Amino acid sequence: RKIIFEKQWFYLDNAIGHVYGTTFEVTSGGSLQPKEEMEEVTTETKEAGTDNRNIVDDGKSQKLTHDDIKALKDKGIKGQEIVQQLIENSTTFRDKTEFAQDKYIKKKKKKYEAVITIVKPSTRILSTMYYAREPGKINHLRYDTLAQMLTLGNIRAGNKMIVMETCAGLVLGAVMERMGGYGSIIQMYPGGGPVRAATSCFGFPKPFFDNLHEFPLSKVDSLLSGTFSTDTLPSEPEYNVLLEEESNGLTGKKQASLQETEEDSTTETAMEINETEEQETTDISAEDVEFKEIKEKENVREKKQWERRKKLIEAAALLREKNADGLIVASKFHPTPLLLTLLEFVAPSRPFVVYCLYKEPLLECYTKLRERGGVINLKLSETWLRNYQVLPDRSHPKLTMSGGGGYLLSGITVFLDKGKSDASNLETLKTEEPSSKRCKIQDLHC
Amino acid sequence: MSFVEYGDTIKDGDTAIVFLGHESMFPVKVQHGTVTQTKYGVIRHSTDLIGKKYGSRVTCSKGGWVYILHPTPELWTMNLPHRTQILYSTDISIITMMLELKPGSIVCESGTGSGSLSHALIRTVAPTGHLYTVEFHQQRAEKAREEFREHGVEHLVTVTNQDVCKNGFGVSNTADAVFLDIPSPWEAIGHAKSALKAEGGRICSFSPCIEQVQRTCLAMEEYGFTEINTLEILLRVYNVRTISLQIPDLGKAAEDNSSTGFDSSNPSNQGSSCVNLQQGTVQFKSGVPLREMVGHTGYLTFATKS
Repeated sequence: RKIIFEKQWFYLDNAIGHVYGTTFEVTSGGSLQPKEEMEEVTTETKEAGTDNRNIVDDGKSQKLTHDDIKALKDKGIKGQEIVQQLIENSTTFRDKTEFAQDKYIKKKKKKYEAVITIVKPSTRILSTMYYAREPGKINHLRYDTLAQMLTLGNIRAGNKMIVMETCAGLVLGAVMERMGGYGSIIQMYPGGGPVRAATSCFGFPKPFFDNLHEFPLSKVDSLLSGTFSTDTLPSEPEYNVLLEEESNGLTGKKQASLQETEEDSTTETAMEINETEEQETTDISAEDVEFKEIKEKENVREKKQWERRKKLIEAAALLREKNADGLIVASKFHPTPLLLTLLEFVAPSRPFVVYCLYKEPLLECYTKLRERGGVINLKLSETWLRNYQVLPDRSHPKLTMSGGGGYLLSGITVFLDKGKSDASNLETLKTEEPSSKRCKIQDLHC
Repeated sequence: MSFVEYGDTIKDGDTAIVFLGHESMFPVKVQHGTVTQTKYGVIRHSTDLIGKKYGSRVTCSKGGWVYILHPTPELWTMNLPHRTQILYSTDISIITMMLELKPGSIVCESGTGSGSLSHALIRTVAPTGHLYTVEFHQQRAEKAREEFREHGVEHLVTVTNQDVCKNGFGVSNTADAVFLDIPSPWEAIGHAKSALKAEGGRICSFSPCIEQVQRTCLAMEEYGFTEINTLEILLRVYNVRTISLQIPDLGKAAEDNSSTGFDSSNPSNQGSSCVNLQQGTVQFKSGVPLREMVGHTGYLTFATKS
C-alpha cells in the first residue's frame, strides 16, 4: 500500500519485522533500512569564523545552481552526499561560526536526507501529532492539557468512567490506555454514533473493547426521568428503524419474485427464512445465491442492530446505577448542561474534569455548579508549556505555547445535601446556618 | 479504601481526607476510639467516620461540618507530610504521559523523597505493574515503606535504600520507564540505561537548574538516548469572581444612558455581564489569576532508549 508522508511516498512492506524506533531512509518507491546511527561526516568543521561581520548576503555564496542540485537528486545520489557537495560549494561556509555551520548542516540534512522513524502508538505520540496536524478535530486540546485531565480525573485500572468527547476519540483512547482494559467506560455520543478515528490509531487489543459502552446523549433525559426503560426497545435510534424497514421491504420484494420463478420453494419456507437464521442457510438451495446474499446482509444488519441494542441496554443499566468513578468532558458543546446532567451518574467523592477551549463557558459552569451544590474543590486552571533547546552554550526556550491549550474545570463530587438539592431552598439554608464564621467560609466557596 | 481502588464506605485503618473548605484539608488515619480536632470541633472516628460513605458531610461537635473524601494520589500530594521538596500534580501529569505509563508498566524512580510522585506512579501502573524506587536516605526510605503499607499498595512497590548514582536501581533490563529527581542525574544515566528493557523505554529527569539539564542532556547523548526533549510546564489557576466596574459620569443626560451601548436588554450581554444603570455599574464574571503563582518548578528532560 502506498503512503504519502511529508512530500515523500513509500511502501511499508520493508518495515515489517523491525523493532519500533527503527529509522528508515526513503529510496525511490520503497522503504530501506539504514544504520541506527550515522557516523558524522562533518569532520572538517575545525575551520570556522568567529562572527559574521564579513558575511554579505549577495545570493551568490552557493556555487551549485538549482539545476545542478536537481541533477544530483535525479541521479539518485544519497542525500548525505548532496549535503556534503552543498557544503563544499558554499563560499561562506568556512567563514561562518561553528554554531552557524552546525545549523546550516542540520537544515540541509533535514531537506535532503529523508529519514523516517517508525514508532509505537501511544497517547504521547498521538496527542502531540493531533495537536500539531489537526488541532481543529480535537478542539485544540493540547497534549499537556490532556495529561492534566487524565491525572485530575484519577484515571486508572478498574474505574467505571463516563466520557463525553468530540475529539475524534483521542480522549477516549487516552482513557482506555490508562485503564489497560480493566474496568468499564461509557462513552456518551451526540448524533448517530461515537467517533473513534483516533481511538483506532492506538491499536488496542480486542478485549479492551469488551467493556467499552456507548450511550446516545439524546436519550440521557429519558434515562434520568425514568421513561427510558419503557420505550427503549421500540425507540431505537431512528435511522436504525429505517434500515430495518428498508431491508424488510427489499427482502419482501425479493421473496415475491422468487416465488414467481421458483415454484418448488413454498411460502412456508420463505416464512421460516424470515424467522430463523440457521434454517435459512441450510434451506436455501445453491440456485438462489442472490437471495442468500441479501439475506446474509440483512442478517448481519440485524445482528449488528441486536448487538447495538444489547449494548445500549447494558450501558443504560450501568448508568442507572449512578455510581460512576468519574466524568471526563471534552467537547465542542457548551459544558454547563452536559455537566449538570451527567454528574447525576457519578458517585460521591469522585473527580470530574471538563475541558473547554474558552474560559467564559467554564466561568458560567463554575457558577451553576456552585448553585447546584454536590461539588467541592472546584478549580479553573490552564497550563503553559514551554519547550527548550539544550545545546552546549546555546540553551534557551524554544517557543511559548499559550492560550491555545484550552482550560480545565475540575472538582470532586460529594453527597448532595437534601435541603440544598432544591435551588430554592438555598436561601433558607443559608439563614439556618448559626455561625457567621461558617457563612463566611461558604461565601468563599462561591 | 485503597489508593488503587475506590471503596464506598470508610473503614477502620483507612486514610481519609478531611475537607474543611476552600483548599483547606488534611489527611486522617481512621481508627476506632480516636478523635480529630478541627476548627469546627471534634470528629469522633468510631461514630462520625467508620461505616459512613465517602463524600458524606460530617457534622462536628461545634455544629460545623466537613466533607470526608476518598484518598487519591492528587489529594495525597496536596496533604502529605513533607520530608523533601515534592513534585506537584501538574508536573506529575506530563511525566506520566510522556513516560507512556499505563497498567502493567515497570517503572524505576529515584529518589523516593516524600512519595508524592510514587503514589501517582503506583496508581497508574496498577494492578499488574511495579515501581522500583531508590532512596539513599535511610529514614526517608523507611517512612516511605511505612506509608505504602498503610495505603494498601506495598505489593506494587519495592523501596531500596542505596545510592542510585553508585549502585543503580537494583534491577536490570526490566523497566519500561525511569524517572530521576536527584541533584546529579547525569551520574545515574548509565544505571538508568541498564535498568531499562533491552527493547527500549523512556526516561525523564527533573532538574531545577539549566546547568543540570545541560550535563544530563550530554550524558543522555553519550549513552545513545534519542528523542531528547526538554520542557517546562506551568499551572495557572483562576479565581472565579463577579466584578463590577463603575460607569464614569461624563455629564450626559439621563435619557442618553440607554444609548451608551451597555444595553441590559441585549441578549448577548446576558449571563456574562449585566448593567445596573441606577448604580452606574457594569457587572461581569471573570477568571482572575491568583496574585502569586508558581513560576518555576523544574525542567523536565525526556528521552528514548531504542
